[in-house]
Amino acid sequence: MSAPRDRDRSARIERIARVALPAVIAIATLVAWDLVVRINQIPHYILPGPLLVAQSLWTDWGTLQPALLVTLRITFLALAVAVVGGVGLAILFAQSKWIEISFFPYAVILQVTPIIAIAPLILIYVDNTHIALLICAWIVAFFPILSNTTLGLNSADHNLVNLFQLYGATRWQMLRYLRIPAAMPYFLGGLRIAGGLSLIGSVVAEFAAGTAGQGSGLAFRILEAGYRLNIPRMFAALVLISATGIVIFMFFTALSHLALRRWHESAVKREN
Amino acid sequence: MATISSRHLVRLRDVGKRFGSGVLALDRFDLDVGEHEFVSLLGPSGCGKSTALRLIAGLGDATSGAIEWPGGAKHGTTDIGFVFQEPTLMPWATVFDNAYLPLRLQGVPRVRAAEDVMATLDRVGLGGFERAYPRELSGGMKMRVSIARALVTRPRLLLMDEPFAALDEITRFKLNNDLIELWRGQSWTVVFVTHSVYESVYLSNRIVVMTPRPGRVAAEHQIDAPYPRDEEFRVSSLYNDHCRLVSHSLARAMQEIRA
Repeated sequence: MSAPRDRDRSARIERIARVALPAVIAIATLVAWDLVVRINQIPHYILPGPLLVAQSLWTDWGTLQPALLVTLRITFLALAVAVVGGVGLAILFAQSKWIEISFFPYAVILQVTPIIAIAPLILIYVDNTHIALLICAWIVAFFPILSNTTLGLNSADHNLVNLFQLYGATRWQMLRYLRIPAAMPYFLGGLRIAGGLSLIGSVVAEFAAGTAGQGSGLAFRILEAGYRLNIPRMFAALVLISATGIVIFMFFTALSHLALRRWHESAVKREN
Repeated sequence: MATISSRHLVRLRDVGKRFGSGVLALDRFDLDVGEHEFVSLLGPSGCGKSTALRLIAGLGDATSGAIEWPGGAKHGTTDIGFVFQEPTLMPWATVFDNAYLPLRLQGVPRVRAAEDVMATLDRVGLGGFERAYPRELSGGMKMRVSIARALVTRPRLLLMDEPFAALDEITRFKLNNDLIELWRGQSWTVVFVTHSVYESVYLSNRIVVMTPRPGRVAAEHQIDAPYPRDEEFRVSSLYNDHCRLVSHSLARAMQEIRA
């Protein structure tokens, strides 16, 4: 009799726990961090307490905010170019086996070569630092989109392909009505990875570039604060980078869920 | 049925099919399908009956022989409808969009197709489900969507590849009856692939029994029981007699290859 109500209750408890438990861990960690710093009287130029980091986030906002915008701009531009390039190339690959065979190895080479090793070269050859950073971030973000979308475009149900052929579908119709929808879950999975990677790519490239001045991003602020032993500001910049990564991840997870919730197993609620 | 004309819709002459792997699936296969006929291809798994169906549909080419269309029906158009063993629906599309697909591929605008699509969904018993997604439907209802999709273009020839094999018996019987009703109400022709003697006798006016690989015609049976056929027919002695005859020739076809 009470089984459904019990299930309701346990579902509600789980929903609350999903938010509450990580929050408890976070608070406990912050408190522990604060206590360690206080009890051991660790000087703030070695390890600042969480309150000092928060304070620095507030007082240095004037420096950090433009840097955050620079980093965000590079991240999202690189991601946009990666989406356009990755999807475009994947569609090209799906049109011809020969194109795929010819170019895919180079995409892999681009992916497996550590960006930190290529970045100095790119910085030498490309005059505009902004564009150089963009290229670095793009290289990192591009591959998961390309490889996932290629996989997705090729994973349409073979009988559906037959059916389209039976009705004399054109190449374009096959792509528009069959291959692209079938590739959506794969593409969105790639996008979620690429979102985080483009942030990493832009931060890494900026470290390599060490650009100073007006147009510098969060990575340079970390370097600069390090030189000045302004450890709280280093932490504050780090917090901003992490938060950005989390927001990007959450954004694409939500996007993926919204796009797939009507039909794909990954987004559909289990009914038992 | 009195309406069966002597005109042929499709003729297979001496058709052979060898796959890239070297397997000979069909050998010197002959089949004439008259307009308005309901023909079943009956045989064990792997006897090439699905291969024959796919060749008729234009999915792949015969290695030898010829497929003729005296009535002028054409591939890559709306003349042929195909129902696969699996419902083969697009999971991202609603029931309406799935059934609309063949018309969409022909370039018929949605507004103009809507009436036909809705009427076809009604005919297969899916009225009111047009906005549902495939995952929300039962196996039998998914198969109905698949049938609606094949019928929406009013094809001259409906090819069905063991469409009900994966369904439970109750659902299968219901769909058998509905299929007969649909067929009787329209002017199309059906080629139905199955491995069930009972299903083929219940549905068809002609059964072509095939030998195991390579597939060839072993025997033909006219099932002259009148339509409409219903659950009465399923328990009648006439039905049982036909089933016995067809079972015998299927058994003989199986031995032929072993000898």
